Amino acid sequence: MSEGFFSRGFHGRRRTSDLSERLPPGQYLERDFPVLSAGPTPQTPLASWDFSIVGEVDQPKRWSWDAFHTLPRETITRDIHCVTKWSKLDTYWEGVSLDLLLAQVATAAEYVIAFCDGGYTTNLPLEEVTGRKAWIVDTYEGEPLASEHGGPARLLIPHLYFWKSAKWVRGLRLLEKDEPGFWESLGYNNHGDPWKEERYWGD
Amino acid sequence: MEGRTLLGRLSWQLGEVVATRPETARTKSITLDLPGWTGHRAGQHVDVRLTAEDGYRAERSYSIASPPEEAPRVTLTVERLDDGEVSPYLTEELRVGDKLELRGPIGGYFVWEAEIGGPLLLVAGGSGIVPLMAMLRHRDAAAGTVATRLLYSSRALEEMIYRDELNRRMKSSAMLEVLQTLTRAQPPGWTGYSRRIDLQMLREVAWPVEQRPLTFICGPTPFVETAAAILVKLGHEPARLKTERFGPTGEKKHDGE
Repeated sequence: MSEGFFSRGFHGRRRTSDLSERLPPGQYLERDFPVLSAGPTPQTPLASWDFSIVGEVDQPKRWSWDAFHTLPRETITRDIHCVTKWSKLDTYWEGVSLDLLLAQVATAAEYVIAFCDGGYTTNLPLEEVTGRKAWIVDTYEGEPLASEHGGPARLLIPHLYFWKSAKWVRGLRLLEKDEPGFWESLGYNNHGDPWKEERYWGD
Repeated sequence: MEGRTLLGRLSWQLGEVVATRPETARTKSITLDLPGWTGHRAGQHVDVRLTAEDGYRAERSYSIASPPEEAPRVTLTVERLDDGEVSPYLTEELRVGDKLELRGPIGGYFVWEAEIGGPLLLVAGGSGIVPLMAMLRHRDAAAGTVATRLLYSSRALEEMIYRDELNRRMKSSAMLEVLQTLTRAQPPGWTGYSRRIDLQMLREVAWPVEQRPLTFICGPTPFVETAAAILVKLGHEPARLKTERFGPTGEKKHDGE
């Protein structure tokens, strides 16, 4: 709306050329690891933790904590981008690929909603979490994932804003029709591509 | 979704700075006149965008401090971070008459409206008081008699934001209690708490679990993490504890939210 507008007296910090390729528009570089969540941090004993794939599937699947740890693991190094404007480069994780988990079920679904301890949900088209784009991770920088960052396990979908990388994840519900998750019902964009600045409804 | 078509796109708009007011040595309130403002709910925030003459831009989020009743005027309270890019400009450079580009309101979860009722427990650490202040101001403006307790933790008396106003509001409302703790330095004669929030303090301050209070906690991450975990331990329903945090896991800064 405000072509030609500038903020009197504002100069700002220029990005180095190296960074401008890695920071999506509107993002700044963060070296710490901020925590954002809508309620108390859930504490689920590992003995009662499981991960399920339910919904539009031939046969629901469930892995206990121990069974989850018999699955082949991958290491992932990616940049992450939070809708609250910070980005963090080269974060290092370990976990299990969603490709591998979803290969265990037969489905006609095109959408998925992740559900979590504490009641949080987030929705995604299946094609956004397949093809080596998403993982369930339980290790960050070589250590077990801290509870305030979503431990014991969280989704990691680095190519979308980080609210999609649901903390305290407990499973995926496969759906034929899309259905908004927690923040997606509260004004945040249904898709959330940082490079297109898909922050809020209508972006 | 119904709301999607109703709300439409969150457009950038220009507001004019009509007042600025230092709250503490590090925080300043900025009041904007926003002719295009469609209203907000207490607890929501805005995105602020600064543009340099050559087109360089920086964006940050800031909580709204003013109640919906003051629209189309909106007040933000900003804490200056020494290593910040946006907050030093907002607190030191921006003057009455300047224009500021923002969009909002944003956030539909950490919000309170008088008709939601209570009892209400507000727990603030440092500049985490800002969105909770919007709730207190809204409560008074809406003639709210909702029983409310605020527990506000600051490092020292001079870092307490809105101190006089909080005292005034407490005196004028029988249903509002303000409890304060100063964690680093206490003046002579201090009668409030003198330590970081802990189990004993929240046991004394929080409403009985049976009253099913609605709780809003805002502050630095370790503060929010501690307060929320204690309240869950005391038996409060996690679904009635709403949190908003700023800063990293350990300590440090607050550029917006």
